Amino acid sequence: MSLARRTFLLRLGHTGLAALTLASGLLPRFARAEEARPAFMATAVADALKALGVGNPAKSDAISFKAPDIAENGAAVPVEVESTLPKTRSILLLVEKNPHVMSASFQFREGTDPYVATRVKVAESSVIHAVVTTDDGAFYTTRLVKVTLGGCGG
Amino acid sequence: MNTRFAARLLYTMLASGTLLLAGAVRADTSTQDAIAEYREMFGDDNPAELWQARGEALWHEARGPQKANLEACDLGLGPGVIAGAYAQLPRWFADTGQVQDLETRLVTCVTSLQGIPRDDFLKVKFGDGEKKSELEALTAYVVAASRGKPLTLPLKHPAEQAAFDLGKAVFRYRAGPHDFACATCHGEPGKRIRLQELPQLNTALGAREAYTHWPAYRISQGELRSMEWRLQDCFRQQRLPQLKFGSEVAIGLTMYLAKTAEGGVLAAPGIKR
Amino acid sequence: MSDPMRIRAVANGDKVEVKILMSHVMETGQRKDADGAVVPAHYIVKVVGTCNGREVLSADWGPSVSKNPYLSFRFKGGAKGDKVKITWTDTAGEQRSDEVSVG
Repeated sequence: MSLARRTFLLRLGHTGLAALTLASGLLPRFARAEEARPAFMATAVADALKALGVGNPAKSDAISFKAPDIAENGAAVPVEVESTLPKTRSILLLVEKNPHVMSASFQFREGTDPYVATRVKVAESSVIHAVVTTDDGAFYTTRLVKVTLGGCGG
Repeated sequence: MNTRFAARLLYTMLASGTLLLAGAVRADTSTQDAIAEYREMFGDDNPAELWQARGEALWHEARGPQKANLEACDLGLGPGVIAGAYAQLPRWFADTGQVQDLETRLVTCVTSLQGIPRDDFLKVKFGDGEKKSELEALTAYVVAASRGKPLTLPLKHPAEQAAFDLGKAVFRYRAGPHDFACATCHGEPGKRIRLQELPQLNTALGAREAYTHWPAYRISQGELRSMEWRLQDCFRQQRLPQLKFGSEVAIGLTMYLAKTAEGGVLAAPGIKR
Repeated sequence: MSDPMRIRAVANGDKVEVKILMSHVMETGQRKDADGAVVPAHYIVKVVGTCNGREVLSADWGPSVSKNPYLSFRFKGGAKGDKVKITWTDTAGEQRSDEVSVG
């Protein structure tokens, strides 16, 4: 196991611990509502990845990343990521222009497809990063999603 | 027209923007395609299901002073019949002597069967995050039971015809500081607000497109919205006085839209931006 | 009290496909209400999926996952009748689990 991977697991461990602390209700109410996980407080993609111990991901074609070119509403932008990279451990979603870039991370256990579909908020037209961590390092691909202002709709 | 003049006219047209216009039309098509792609990606996974589930639980739960559920509620097809009921609403009800839409009929059932006061039940007409609307949940549940059913509004009762006539008149009635009517935006083809194409609601095609997908989960709000909400918000956007919940005008407009959309197959609750 | 999730888990070949809708406000803490007061942050931070007690997926979320979240994933080694359980935990410390049988 590489050092980077160990660091990554360690950081994820912290994240898990933070969530556990939040869940257990040990903290006073005002503190509970505050985000305590460094990656989720980052305002730049590089900082978020650093906080997770993910160093310099390489651009990869082995990640399929589906997102619409134009989102009629930024409140929900459907995204679908699938990795064909061997030994994929996790998929991270980061929205460059959001106040806090880190949106979600998904960790796959043995036997779970390196695939996830969800919907994220995109505050304004932005590049979205799909980062895949594997036993052999981290990789990424991006999609630009334009968010329209929208009218009264209906 | 001599050829030289025609050539000059053509040149002027090209220079002054006919080409630009063609470009704009192309760009517009790709934008609409992209928006269609966005909508497709939601598939069948509509958060409206969460309201349907909550509505179903509410329907079967004994509640209120009379500790009764809503299983005896008559939505027009007989007590307890939900399947297809929404496809035949609004309609005239003998017990209330009124033309009622789904929402007002649900109010009747909740007040008469469960004994819950109207104002209590309508405290949250339209949900907002943690403040959840029981009415919207019940609405979603009943509406979903008419998926795939064609809208059928025979207008047999004179009061139903009168509601339709009133709705039709209101649709065209210009008022407010902007001198707007529903028809201002929804009475001609090809209208839009920014990137939103607006359905022409006085035609069967346009009315079906819109009506068969409402109530709908509104992505921008993360809420399921009823037809009563949809109409109230249209009034707000026209800067008209607030449309009263369950009023003759609200039910009349609903009747007008439903009748115009008659034959359209219900796909509600839908999902809207 | 939170509302139940809608979970669909369908066996397809050697895989189980899971689709989930969760009822949650996912408040970012950056929005103001009609009176101008900041609506406090309230969102899901952790999601865990298990099949017959075996963990298949875990996720860490921030406030930019959409309101009433949708999540879909697939795993091997499940069969019809197996129990898929999803658990979320939010910033208020609330935890909710719902379970379905693979169909």
